[in-house]
Amino acid sequence: METNQVNISLNVNGKKIQITTYGMKRLLDVLREDIGLTGTKEGCGEGECGACSIFMDGQLVNSCLIPVFQAEGKKIETIENLEGKTELHKIQKSFLQHGGAQCGICTPGMILATKELLAKKSGKLTAKEIEEGLGGNLCRCTGYLKIFESVKQAEGK
Amino acid sequence: MRLRTEGAQKVTGHARYIDDFSLPDMLYASTIRSPVSRGILIDIIFKEGINWDEFTIVTAKDIPGKNHIAMIENDWPFLVEKNINHYGEAVGLIAHPDKNMLARAHQFIEVKVEALPGIYQIEESLGCKQLLWKDDNIFKSYLIDKGNIDDVWSKADFIIEGEYSTEAQEHMYIETNGMVAVADKQNGVTVWGSLQCPYYVHGALVPLFGLPQEKVRIIQAETGGGFGGKEDFPSLLAGHTALLAWKSGRPVKMIYSRTEDMQNSTKRHPSRSRHVWALSKEGKILAMDIEFILNGGAYYTLSSVVLSRGAIHAAGPYAIDNVRVDAKAVATNHFPFGAFRGFGAPQSIFATERHMDYVAKVIGMDPIELRLKNFIKKGSQTSTGQVISERVDFKDLISSAQKSIGLEKKQKQFERDNQTSHIKRGFGLAAFFHGAGFTGSGEVYLASVAKARATADGKIHILASSVEMGQGKNTIFTGLAAQALGLRDDDIVIKTPDTKYVPDSGPTVASRTSMIVGKLVETACLGIRDTLIAQGYIKKKYQRAEFIRALKKFVSKNGPFECIGQYQQPQNVHWDDQKYQGAAYATYGWAVYMAQVAVNSLTYETTVEDFVAVQEVGKVLHPLLAEGQIEGGVVQAIGYALYEKVIYEQGRMINNQMTNYIIPTSADVPNIKVIFKEWNKKYGPGGAKGIGELPMDGPAPAILNAISDAIGVDINHIPLMPEDLFLKMESTNGN
Repeated sequence: METNQVNISLNVNGKKIQITTYGMKRLLDVLREDIGLTGTKEGCGEGECGACSIFMDGQLVNSCLIPVFQAEGKKIETIENLEGKTELHKIQKSFLQHGGAQCGICTPGMILATKELLAKKSGKLTAKEIEEGLGGNLCRCTGYLKIFESVKQAEGK
Repeated sequence: MRLRTEGAQKVTGHARYIDDFSLPDMLYASTIRSPVSRGILIDIIFKEGINWDEFTIVTAKDIPGKNHIAMIENDWPFLVEKNINHYGEAVGLIAHPDKNMLARAHQFIEVKVEALPGIYQIEESLGCKQLLWKDDNIFKSYLIDKGNIDDVWSKADFIIEGEYSTEAQEHMYIETNGMVAVADKQNGVTVWGSLQCPYYVHGALVPLFGLPQEKVRIIQAETGGGFGGKEDFPSLLAGHTALLAWKSGRPVKMIYSRTEDMQNSTKRHPSRSRHVWALSKEGKILAMDIEFILNGGAYYTLSSVVLSRGAIHAAGPYAIDNVRVDAKAVATNHFPFGAFRGFGAPQSIFATERHMDYVAKVIGMDPIELRLKNFIKKGSQTSTGQVISERVDFKDLISSAQKSIGLEKKQKQFERDNQTSHIKRGFGLAAFFHGAGFTGSGEVYLASVAKARATADGKIHILASSVEMGQGKNTIFTGLAAQALGLRDDDIVIKTPDTKYVPDSGPTVASRTSMIVGKLVETACLGIRDTLIAQGYIKKKYQRAEFIRALKKFVSKNGPFECIGQYQQPQNVHWDDQKYQGAAYATYGWAVYMAQVAVNSLTYETTVEDFVAVQEVGKVLHPLLAEGQIEGGVVQAIGYALYEKVIYEQGRMINNQMTNYIIPTSADVPNIKVIFKEWNKKYGPGGAKGIGELPMDGPAPAILNAISDAIGVDINHIPLMPEDLFLKMESTNGN
């Protein structure tokens, strides 16, 4: 059990942030508790469900598996960084319009996983690429089909 | 199409779930649990090495009022006093400002118990191997007795029996259970939480604290999935959190980790069914003799109500003259089983629809033909003697399903390919119904109320205790109110379920929210309109702007005003609680689901490749939301059939992680075609019937019937894991 706190500097959603906390504290908890960015959710705490997905230096990662000291100096992006000042990001719009969100707890992670899928694709996404690309993000409400539709519609925009 | 009312909050991450709440000086809390499944609590020892003065500690002695959750029977204690009845049962609670310290403290707590032998299986309970409940371990029994089955056996050409069983299922809402509470003697208790039934929690906390009704306030936070798992269980967690707040005088937050949630919350009741059917050689079912037993777990919870729904659905959508359903829920030393989407019906329907295919095989008849000879239609009587007065056309539902899945063409191809390929494909079907709303007299007793309030800014506020948990309540209520009044969506405000302000519109369960409460919302809104008309503020035909002007004028003169809608029993709907006869539900959803599966005869894996869900649910209020409900339910039921196995060791769930309790992922779902029929629009707002639970009932039997079609092996148990199929096929081949 850790008792000593350390100073850590982070770059979160384009802002430099200095915090004092336990070095082994999960990045997920630092984002939610120390920085107040509660859009990142916890579903399982073991890297299975993807509800805590964020970008670290452009890579989609499960923030529940990352001790905060590993995030020092890295570029962190959360769901809060996605929407514009006046309107929603096209992926957010698509999830809203096509039934991709029900209870909403997996939605931030699912949307960031979609962002990664669209960013890294080569050519038009196949059904299999979408299914596998979202395979690390669990949803218990939708049965995924409306999420697939949301991804396809966002890709077309 | 109308966008989800709270959707923008959800896609941006701004929606506030319970773990997103934080209050100044808040403590974090956790539970001290029993290390055995049955025993006597001797002591809780707080060892040296921790400064316990920093902690708030609550045990049963600290409870100011009644130490039981007020439900049907008041047998479930908030905290163990002496007798331990399931593994992990709460014996104490602790809270501390630092989560880290809280976790550390548990290593310095020892729960001393005298262990007693537990019982876990239905058979052990029926055999009274240990006595857990009264003198027979039976929480509740029901008997449906229609006609006289005993007269039939000697006349039958066939008597065919089969035994079927289903295991527990974990809800696996992606948001775990959680609560935040504040409490003091002057102001009483306030709890925010992830929950489906604010007034259930309210009803449990009033006696727990011995406070007047108005001193207990329950507020729903955005809820990340429920599926029944947040119906009965939250009363326990809200009580725990509030007890710590009461003792510490500080806000307290208790959020379960995934492993804790899986091991220590309710699940779907395991079941065992035994069917004996008598048939004529023409395929007329002359009698059904059904035994239906649920494993209730350690406490009564809602088991009697789950049992009731299961029993009423056990004879399926068939018009059979002689039916006996002998139903029982029994006590064991499992964590209490509780509400889960479908509420007993998925268990009993699994058995009935599997038995139907088995019977067809034995008598050498096509399973669809056998069903068609026995289906309920308009004018038929159900097993409880309810005369169905609406259009029911299963032939149409079946032909829609067959056409949509492309049966004729694919079937021939599969027959050819199956002879040579190690992948064996087949089709299976399930026909079923699901009663909408509470069973029997339930809605009459609830007498639910919803309110519409006219406010000074010209808006209509909707007040109801029905919660949004993803199913779309906010969107449906907004649409119903806007449509009833000729207003726009942004003229309607759906108020948060908060027992201080909203009336008791009953729990958010039983596929009742759109059909029952939606109708009350509509009635309340029309009350506002009619008041304005009667007082001469608007004419019968009006424009939106006129209505809003009139509303503002009326409110500025008379103050804000409310109209209510209260449940009225539909005419000709009568239920006899004593005889267990009559109209069990005002109406039903009718459905035929069809699955195409591929069984890999080398790995024994089963894949659902294609799926069609055809249902008659009255008016579909919002096609996108309705499809989302059906698709989500079908996938949850695919998990129930093929993936989701709760592994118990002496009553303790040992695979309590997402890593080893597998729910369907995006790579596991088939194409699902959803087809709605809108035949009967007599009940509910605009003629809408309930739909939320229906899709949980059909997929498991349809899939298992398809497996039988593909490989000729009859499986009577779910979940069907590859290893189970391996054993079954090995033993079949051996024979």
